[in-house]
Amino acid sequence: MAKYLLLKHYRGAPEAANCVPMEQWTQEEISAHMKYMHDFAARLEETGEFVDGQALAPEGTWVRYDGEGRPPVTDGPFAETKDLIAGWMVIDVDTYERAVELAGELSAAPGAGGEPIHEWLELRPFLAEQPTITE
Amino acid sequence: MNEALLRSLTPSVLGILVRRGADFAAAEDAVQDALVEAVRVWPDDMPRDPKGWLVTVAWRRFLDATRADVSRRRREDRIDDEPAPGPVPATDDTLQLYFLCAHPSLTPSSAVALTLRAVGGLTTRQIAQAYLVPEATMAQRISRAKRTVSGARFDRPGDVATVLRTLYLVFNEGYSGDVDLAAEAIRLTRQLAAAIDHPEVAGLLSLMLLHHARRAARTAPDGSLVPLAEQDRGRWDTGTIAEGIGILQTALSRDRLGEFQAQAAIAALHADAPTAEETDWVQIVEWYDELAALTDSPVVRLNRAVAVGEADGPRAGLAALADLDDALPRHTAAAAYLHERDGDLVVAARLYADAARKATNLAERAHLTRQAARLNGRPELLGSRGADPRPSCS
Repeated sequence: MAKYLLLKHYRGAPEAANCVPMEQWTQEEISAHMKYMHDFAARLEETGEFVDGQALAPEGTWVRYDGEGRPPVTDGPFAETKDLIAGWMVIDVDTYERAVELAGELSAAPGAGGEPIHEWLELRPFLAEQPTITE
Repeated sequence: MNEALLRSLTPSVLGILVRRGADFAAAEDAVQDALVEAVRVWPDDMPRDPKGWLVTVAWRRFLDATRADVSRRRREDRIDDEPAPGPVPATDDTLQLYFLCAHPSLTPSSAVALTLRAVGGLTTRQIAQAYLVPEATMAQRISRAKRTVSGARFDRPGDVATVLRTLYLVFNEGYSGDVDLAAEAIRLTRQLAAAIDHPEVAGLLSLMLLHHARRAARTAPDGSLVPLAEQDRGRWDTGTIAEGIGILQTALSRDRLGEFQAQAAIAALHADAPTAEETDWVQIVEWYDELAALTDSPVVRLNRAVAVGEADGPRAGLAALADLDDALPRHTAAAAYLHERDGDLVVAARLYADAARKATNLAERAHLTRQAARLNGRPELLGSRGADPRPSCS
């Protein structure tokens, strides 16, 4: 088994084919989208491939160390930051091909007009200790 | 094996050991051992006095563990030499445990974890699942909390307010994993209300029951939030509402008002209305005034502004809202709602979308996005389509 991170971006991903902001959809389209996402996660739980899924607030803070005895420095959010993570799903699958297949399914979630969004998702393998077989 | 019986006995057994002078962490280990023993022995040989049996076994385990641990010799001597703590007025051992687990020296998250573990008798794994953290993390949180309160002695009354805040935190966590935390919080608050005669404990129990009674109507089949005004009131649990109102009336008659009684009164006024239109908003505003005098919380003033908007019209509500910091959680959502009521749909749609971006949980975000979508779907607003510069698709 290998773990992969499926990253959703508020900003920084190539533009999706069906890119209409959610507040411009109909309520039925929103319901259909939510149901698709929910069913997808539920199915992966059943197949034993779901690890975690979280959504993030759009705005955050940059923080850095500022020396002994001083409080950390905070800054931002920066409007010019190109990449903005919206959330993630972690899956644990047998093969890279399966990870790609699942990312493709998640990207097919319906949006405006009930059509798939075709959203670009970023698929990132976890760095893991590979067990070495020495025999 | 009657798990419910074991869980209901756990806190008082633990309380007795601590009062006999056992260190809290060691007492907890000993009680766990006794529970394991009970699961093994009771099915074939049920004791006549289950609680007495648990106390005996747990105390023996505690003494064995203490004696076996040479490095603890000194503490054992101290326990033997110390006079037993005197009787504590008007409280029982379970009550003392509530105070210990919500000790003011604990952080809220530690108090919650320790309360669920020691008073509620949940396993560390169940608590970890409910709060979506790894089991090892929760185990550490509980161990540290035990160490923090280990030195606390049962020699002065605990802080009821801290206990109530802790139980309310558990209640508001709601439901995840296989433990219904709202139901668990109600169970623990009932037990507390039985052990202590305090109008605010009754107020909290009433508040929980009145909220809980609406649970079935609060979410649509697809999991989305249903606002109070749109809920199917036929799905409210009338038995639970009646119980909550009864408990509240008894508490209010004592004339020792507190924030939980005031919040319960507002919940009761909502529960009393056969339809949303018949809600007595004027009286609700009066209760918010009481609550604001008691707590001075900006969240209370925000809710009051919404109530004023219902009682005296949206303009009055917006005027009340204008006095408050717009960085408050839900400030934008309240403004969106009041602008919509005032007929300013373009501003309302924009504010709903803003509020959705500021939402702190998924259900609320989805709900506010839907509100924006609902208004954006109206023909008179078609001109504003595409005005949102946000490139996000979700």
